[in-house]
Amino acid sequence: MSASELTSRKKAELQIELGELKSEEHGVKKDFTLMLIFKLLLPVLLWGLFGAVHLFIADRQILTGGKYFNWLLITLLGLYLIFLVISYFISNIRSGLVHKVPLISAGLIILLIWELSTLKSNLLPLPYFPPPAKVFAALATDWQTLWISVLYSLRLLGIGYLIGLLVGLPCGTLMGWYAGFNYWLNPVLRFIGPIPATAWIPVAMAVFPTSFAASIFLIALASWFPITVMTWSGIANVNKAFYEVARTLGGGEYYLITRVAVPAALPSIFVGLFMGMGTAFVTLVVGELLGVKAGLGWYIQWAQGWAEYAKVYAALFVMAVIFSGLITLLFSIRDKVLVWQRGLIKW
Amino acid sequence: MVTAENALPRAGAIVFEQVRKIFVDPEGREVEALSSVNLAIRPGEFVSLVGPSGCGKSTLLRLVAGLETATEGAIRLDNEVIAGPHYLRGLVFQDPTLFPWLTVRKNIAAGLAARGAAKQQWDKVDEYIELVGLAGFGDSFPHQLSGGMAQRAALARALVNHPKVLLLDEPLGALDAFTRMQLQDEILRVWQDRGTTEIFVTHDIDEAIYLSDRIIVMTPRPGKIQEIIEVPIGRPRSRNHPDFFRLRSRILEVLHFAKELSLSYYL
Repeated sequence: MSASELTSRKKAELQIELGELKSEEHGVKKDFTLMLIFKLLLPVLLWGLFGAVHLFIADRQILTGGKYFNWLLITLLGLYLIFLVISYFISNIRSGLVHKVPLISAGLIILLIWELSTLKSNLLPLPYFPPPAKVFAALATDWQTLWISVLYSLRLLGIGYLIGLLVGLPCGTLMGWYAGFNYWLNPVLRFIGPIPATAWIPVAMAVFPTSFAASIFLIALASWFPITVMTWSGIANVNKAFYEVARTLGGGEYYLITRVAVPAALPSIFVGLFMGMGTAFVTLVVGELLGVKAGLGWYIQWAQGWAEYAKVYAALFVMAVIFSGLITLLFSIRDKVLVWQRGLIKW
Repeated sequence: MVTAENALPRAGAIVFEQVRKIFVDPEGREVEALSSVNLAIRPGEFVSLVGPSGCGKSTLLRLVAGLETATEGAIRLDNEVIAGPHYLRGLVFQDPTLFPWLTVRKNIAAGLAARGAAKQQWDKVDEYIELVGLAGFGDSFPHQLSGGMAQRAALARALVNHPKVLLLDEPLGALDAFTRMQLQDEILRVWQDRGTTEIFVTHDIDEAIYLSDRIIVMTPRPGKIQEIIEVPIGRPRSRNHPDFFRLRSRILEVLHFAKELSLSYYL
């Protein structure tokens, strides 16, 4: 077979393949558009359904401040419709929207079930289970107190976590590097670390002058333990060959610790930072529920005292937003710092 | 080519005097890894160490690197006793052991940073990236490199401090045959260019013949030098040269003999 024959044959084969590809693409696209329209309009239908239920089925509970929720529903629907219009022109936004449609729909269905089982049927009784409209009304009317509570909580959490971090990182590093530090700190870590920080509340209240200082101590203690453990194990598990390479390059001990051990241990350290943040959240809220006179935990306690469960749920919602926001922030820091791991890690 | 430094006559004579190395295993038993090694390596010489596994080749190399200390005897570099690692004795492992958190450029610069070299010298890094044929990969992370490219980067990192001695511990052992031959030529080119003394540990006899001025055949348990073989073939060498084959069968003979010796040691 000559070269030209070969190329012409290849060309023919290629053309057949291309043709098949094109027809496939065409078929896919046709189905895709029908599915697409249905998918994109599904949330609008659910919105309509919810609106009909909300307006036309008689309430079985007394609802005050319902207008805030009506406005919320209209605003969200309006936003969705705006995105829908934009997505007609920009394919990126369209695919993003299509991806989110199942989630949005599920959210609306849950809202519908909530509405039906509370406001419209009183299956779940007041005051413990307020309808969505009431929870949103609490959020809308009491936002100033909530906002101040958020700031108080963040201050406590930030100071406590930072202290835990600033003590935990050197503790873990020294334990991983020097056998002597490990000898003395390891028993302390093993003995004291596993006690939930909240168990120290009576002691902390007695030792510290204010509940604020006591809470900072407890949050620092709670985050210190996982950060220390994960830093220590990260440093202790660094591939010894890295140290040998660094030493043959003329690196001294300081270089080995700061430029080899710590960067190599960072993936493990970040696990500790995440775990520490989790325990810090728990300690923060328990501390605020029990003693501190400000913050989201205190707000929940206070609202419960007045049997204002709508406010309890509103505070829980705010807490979810804040805490998941902080975790997301930590994730984005992790992704920046551990950019070299891109493609290697899956979480 | 790279700097004016390599135009200067560089020393790099290594002398082993009655070197003995004993390791103590976790159960407290003593294992003699090297027994009374005497050897003189000339400045700028390319020497290969071959021998069955467990013959102490890597131990010998780690002693020169300063990562291990001799139990008895001494090793001198230009009349100074080696005590601990130094950046003038560069080391390349079989595993490239690049720092995965640094880019190729920063990995090579780590050679300068580790010994606290002035920042101005960092301009050299790009020249070294080119020297080992990694131009365009300076900003890649190690996990994005192939095995051969990673080993090139490791070589550049060892070379950036312009060492007197370059120690290579089976650096091409994990590479495919083609990449291997390519890198052998690169190693030779860099060696001829800079006049570094090189000690090269390998399992591959052809590789040893192709690269070295002298081949040191070692025997195991306890590790010692069996025979030192000169390679009288001019460079550039052809792998099909008749002398090449003669030398190979000679070394195989010695190694076979070495095997019998170790067998009798066991019996």
